[in-house]
Amino acid sequence: MQKYTAPLRVLFDAAERLLSRFFPPEWNPLLNLGALGFFFYWIITASGIYVYIFFDTGVWQAYASVEYMTNDQWYAAGFMRSFHRYASDGLVIVMLLHMLREFSLGRFRGIRWFSWITGIPVLLFVYVAGITGYWLVWDKLAQYVAIVSTEWLDHLPFFGQSVAGNFLSPTSLESRFFTLMIFMHIAVPLIALIVLWLHLQRVTKPRINPPRGLAIGTGLSLFVLSAVYPAVSQAPANLAEVPGSVGLDWFYLGAYPLLENLSGPATWTSAVVALLVVAAIPWLPPMKKPAAAVVDLANCNGCSRCLNDCPYNAITMQMRSDGRPFEGEAVVDPDMCVACGICAGSCPTSTPFRRMSDLVPGIDLPDRTIADIRADVHAEAERLSGDVRIMVFGCKNAEVAATVRSNSVGVVSLNCTGQLPPSFIDYVISRRLAEGVVIAGCSENACYNRLGTKWTTARIEGSRDPFLRASVPRERLKTVWAGRLGARMLRAQITTFDAVLSALGPYRTRHQRVAAKTTREAADDE
Amino acid sequence: MMNRFTGYLGQAVFYAFAAALAGYFATRPVYRQVPADQAQIKLMIKHGGVRVEDCRKLTTQELSKLPTTARRPIDCSRERSPVTVLLSIDGEPIYQAELQPTGLSKDGPSKAYEKFLVPAGRHLVEVRLRDDVRDQDYKYEGRLDADLKPWQNLAVEFDAERGGFHFR
Ligand code: HEM
Ligand code: SF4
Ligand code: SF4
Repeated sequence: MQKYTAPLRVLFDAAERLLSRFFPPEWNPLLNLGALGFFFYWIITASGIYVYIFFDTGVWQAYASVEYMTNDQWYAAGFMRSFHRYASDGLVIVMLLHMLREFSLGRFRGIRWFSWITGIPVLLFVYVAGITGYWLVWDKLAQYVAIVSTEWLDHLPFFGQSVAGNFLSPTSLESRFFTLMIFMHIAVPLIALIVLWLHLQRVTKPRINPPRGLAIGTGLSLFVLSAVYPAVSQAPANLAEVPGSVGLDWFYLGAYPLLENLSGPATWTSAVVALLVVAAIPWLPPMKKPAAAVVDLANCNGCSRCLNDCPYNAITMQMRSDGRPFEGEAVVDPDMCVACGICAGSCPTSTPFRRMSDLVPGIDLPDRTIADIRADVHAEAERLSGDVRIMVFGCKNAEVAATVRSNSVGVVSLNCTGQLPPSFIDYVISRRLAEGVVIAGCSENACYNRLGTKWTTARIEGSRDPFLRASVPRERLKTVWAGRLGARMLRAQITTFDAVLSALGPYRTRHQRVAAKTTREAADDE
Repeated sequence: MMNRFTGYLGQAVFYAFAAALAGYFATRPVYRQVPADQAQIKLMIKHGGVRVEDCRKLTTQELSKLPTTARRPIDCSRERSPVTVLLSIDGEPIYQAELQPTGLSKDGPSKAYEKFLVPAGRHLVEVRLRDDVRDQDYKYEGRLDADLKPWQNLAVEFDAERGGFHFR
């Protein structure tokens, strides 16, 4: 699967880097695609309600009422109409980009299927909403949409009556069908909202509101676009005439020329096959389910840190079952756990300073335990030689770390940078297992496990439990968010880091530094 | 990040570009579906052909063999005739089809929904339909001397209850 996602990832990385030259990181539109989707959804809802007040729901009156909004009330209802249209286009654009980006990040495989699969009906509903919306204006475009849609439906064997027959000639037009469209145009987006709620059930702290700066920028551009280029109707529908040439909204109706010109079996087969392939993607090929995190009650004190850090809603705190006097205990739902190990990184009991026999944290991954990681640190340290030794903790999703291994660079693999308890950094430096530590993970903001890079940064900054002790010299620590494709970047950063460490010399504790200074001063005095 | 001003300027350029792109493709490029000098004839038929066999009175003997609940005095084969249609413009046939009855036991109506482009102008549109395999001649006929305007849509619909073909 990675073969297919890699080229897309290169594109997204490049686009993200380009935008980050102008946008502060948290405002970057590419990092807020889902949130922008919600933003557009709310704008569509608000403007839709406003426009509906002036809309006449009869098929014979609809066109005139929309014309009234655009011409006589251009400053209010007309504006709202433009907002409604362009926000709908914005929604499709960000939705498709969001889908591609999640795909490029690989956040859809195996146990993560849930968000992917629930996204698919949302995609379909958004399209149905857009198509029925264009239908309501009952202009030439609406007529075209009506004819092509119904002819396409007529290829299916279920309809006794030809649906397209409703649009054969002016006399066959009935308002009943039109009422159905209005109903769908309101009901389908509401259903989509319910499915979106489901869509977010397995991610913790989803970003559903864009940051204010991005919201203002997006809102302003909608406003300007609506003012400069308001949405207008095409000529009124007339079934006695062919809609010979129409201005299509290519975001919603891009496939219509194909539906119209290819045979029914061809278009229906491709549509169904495409849908099945997209729906099967999480399991192509089937992925071995990684072993879920396991709680060791004897070591869990119910502090809830793992619950707060788990990106996939897999942990709950429940009543204590062993009678010990703690608030609660962590319980993992194996069906939701993606085995990122972030919980083990957050548990206060995961500290390498504990004696080897003891190193069983409150929560741990059976396939990659904290004890394994400590054993690897020792094995690598053993191997290293030279004045400047560097220990790299590399996220296995950013496989590049292995490429920098050498006689002076040790590499220890993690399931996610968030799996590393900060005390390990302290441990490596204070025990002089290496002169410096590098943490190499996914590109910033594109963590495979959503929150790994974010929590790691916060723990090092000391703004999130568990902190990296303040006394650990930060100049001996480097984080490199190089991503899967950043081997060159990682090598370059290690080279510069090597020079920095070389200038710093061997690590000494504050106590030793003070002692050294006193000795020096004593020597000077003599 | 560069300084604040260039940052905002860059963002503005990005928004302008995105809005222009969205605004443009929301209505353009215009899609031309039918050349400007053509008109369209749309033919729609939904009609059940005559039954292939006549109904037959069962003899008392035959009736007595049937279970009591299934004793109907008349036996009808449900299969319908195909419907044969011929549409011609200025004497040239442009569509000819034998429409099979729908349904598993071939007892449903025959259906057609076809569109034809013809150059705008005067045309003699003739359409004929036969709904019984035993007939040689067309039972229904429609004829219209039409002056088709560019992009006109001429609907030709068959409705047996209202006497046959209708042009609209
Ligand atoms: C209007 C439509 C949609 C909206 C508003 C939306 C919104 C969101 C949001 C807010 C998140 C959480 C992101 C985060 O904080 O990390 C998310 C996650 C996700 N979405 Fe969507 N989504 C939409 C459609 C889709 C579609 C069509 C697909 C694909 C078929 C999709 C696939 C995913 C996946 C795979 C994730 C999961 C991420 C993970 O496991 O980390 N979404 N979506
Ligand atoms: S972080 Fe560790 S101690 Fe705290 S609740 Fe989770 S498992 Fe228990
Ligand atoms: S391994 Fe990751 S997904 Fe599983 S419980 Fe721990 S933090 Fe949550």
